Amino acid sequence: MEQRIFGIETEFGIRYSMTGMGQLGPEEAARKLFRPVVEWGRSSNVFLENGSRLYLDVGSHPEYATAECADLTDLVRQDKAGERLFEKLADQAEEALNRQGLEGKLYLFKNNADSAGNSFGSHENYLLSRKAEFSRLVRFLVPFLVSRQLVVGAGRVHPSGPPQINGAPESGQPSYSFSQRADYVWEAASSATTRSRPLINTRDEPHADAAQYRRLHVIVGDSNMSETTTLARAGMTDLILRMIEDRQGLDDLELANTGQALRTLSHDLTGRTTVELKDGRKMSGLDLQRLYLDAAVSYTDQQGAPRPETEYVLDLWGRTLDAIETQDTSAIDTEIDWAIKKKLLDRTAEKLDADYSHPRIAQVDLAYHDIKQNRGVFYLLQAKGLARRWVSEESVTRAETVPPETRAALRGRFIAAARAAGLDYTVDWVHFKINQQIALSHSCQDPFATEDAEVEKSIRAMQDATRRDQRAMPPLI
Amino acid sequence: MAQFRESSQDRQQNQAREEDQELIGAQQPVDQGLVNDTDDILDEIDSVLEENAEDYVRGFVQKGGQ
Repeated sequence: MEQRIFGIETEFGIRYSMTGMGQLGPEEAARKLFRPVVEWGRSSNVFLENGSRLYLDVGSHPEYATAECADLTDLVRQDKAGERLFEKLADQAEEALNRQGLEGKLYLFKNNADSAGNSFGSHENYLLSRKAEFSRLVRFLVPFLVSRQLVVGAGRVHPSGPPQINGAPESGQPSYSFSQRADYVWEAASSATTRSRPLINTRDEPHADAAQYRRLHVIVGDSNMSETTTLARAGMTDLILRMIEDRQGLDDLELANTGQALRTLSHDLTGRTTVELKDGRKMSGLDLQRLYLDAAVSYTDQQGAPRPETEYVLDLWGRTLDAIETQDTSAIDTEIDWAIKKKLLDRTAEKLDADYSHPRIAQVDLAYHDIKQNRGVFYLLQAKGLARRWVSEESVTRAETVPPETRAALRGRFIAAARAAGLDYTVDWVHFKINQQIALSHSCQDPFATEDAEVEKSIRAMQDATRRDQRAMPPLI
Repeated sequence: MAQFRESSQDRQQNQAREEDQELIGAQQPVDQGLVNDTDDILDEIDSVLEENAEDYVRGFVQKGGQ
């Protein structure tokens, strides 16, 4: 499909660091964080007027799911808007806690692992044509997902070497890996998400006409701080999906052991260690990614590239593979997360005259993912021009309230009209309902639709009622 | 929560589209004066990091997510 719906769901890590004695655990901190949300929407699971969903997920992780985006740049912007919304909520919660006498700082981390071996995810959603044969798609996509981390990994420090298979810390030499998430993912595809994590979750919830579409739910990716890395992650994956859907130009590179390959490639910064394919061939991370890049370049030469971002995505992809091959990251160290971070870690180590086992190195690694803009290390680098932007901050600010041009626009306007009219509503990805009013309840199966006559009629009816009956409205929060 | 209030969406959407087209085309130059100022950024990071590095890292413990 040339047209596609994209979405990213981000689980944030949360910590309240008390100044004095005492503790406030992540559950309590998350509850405090969500208090204004619950006041606004009477639930800790709400859809916002920008079409996104904000909720408390498994394990008390604050989670933001972007609205459905049809455009890669919209996706980058909506993803950043989620960070900004949580940054404001964190500021409010921190103020409230300090007023209560619980002095401290509230941290939200957009990363994928804590210090105790727990992992939380960044889940990508891609809408696929129902015509694509899913098992074949998975077979062709998995080796790409396994090696994609060389380009779009967020990077992670291992003070005593790569973790053991059960996640327990190793007692080896300090090291750095491309990926945060690779150590916690085990199999190619299944319906599990927490116990035994697959690269692809097979739960098929298209949130659209199921005869026409299915959803691909990729859960192996790292959360990216860099806008350009986020763009590359979705842009590269979109291209490979188009090729698989069109049955064009891709070799069958099925791996002998998916989980093992994922970890081997993540911990090999040279890109040259080989893993075994099912057919007996041996290939390195660079070999695999070169094959995918070359195929994507010739595919877009022949079939065209309808997206304005494609040229940049292919260029960055190539430069990143070159950087690994030559072990010189200077051409990508403002655009690719693992390289941006590694450059800073290397400078820090040099200044300390220490290696990656120094506690300061692990601290800088974690602080890179702090989403607070005047404190988070990524944002300090960005402010200095050391991390490249793809979208303007003004457009991110707008994306906090303005939905992208998809069904999300209908959802956003419906929510806004219902709230202005003081009506109780229930909204999900597909359904927009005013409670107990069947005439004002809709199901919208087309995620690309920015217009729907019936929904517009309901929105107008609510807006008219609001204008006629201003004084009867309950006060808005 | 001001960001949860309604906004004039259509006008803003158009503005956003125009800006994106500009951004996609333009390679943003990186200010070399800033890039070379290595000590400056390291000092700034030092000033915002909590003093106890080990506690900062070890204190971050979650329940597992998905």
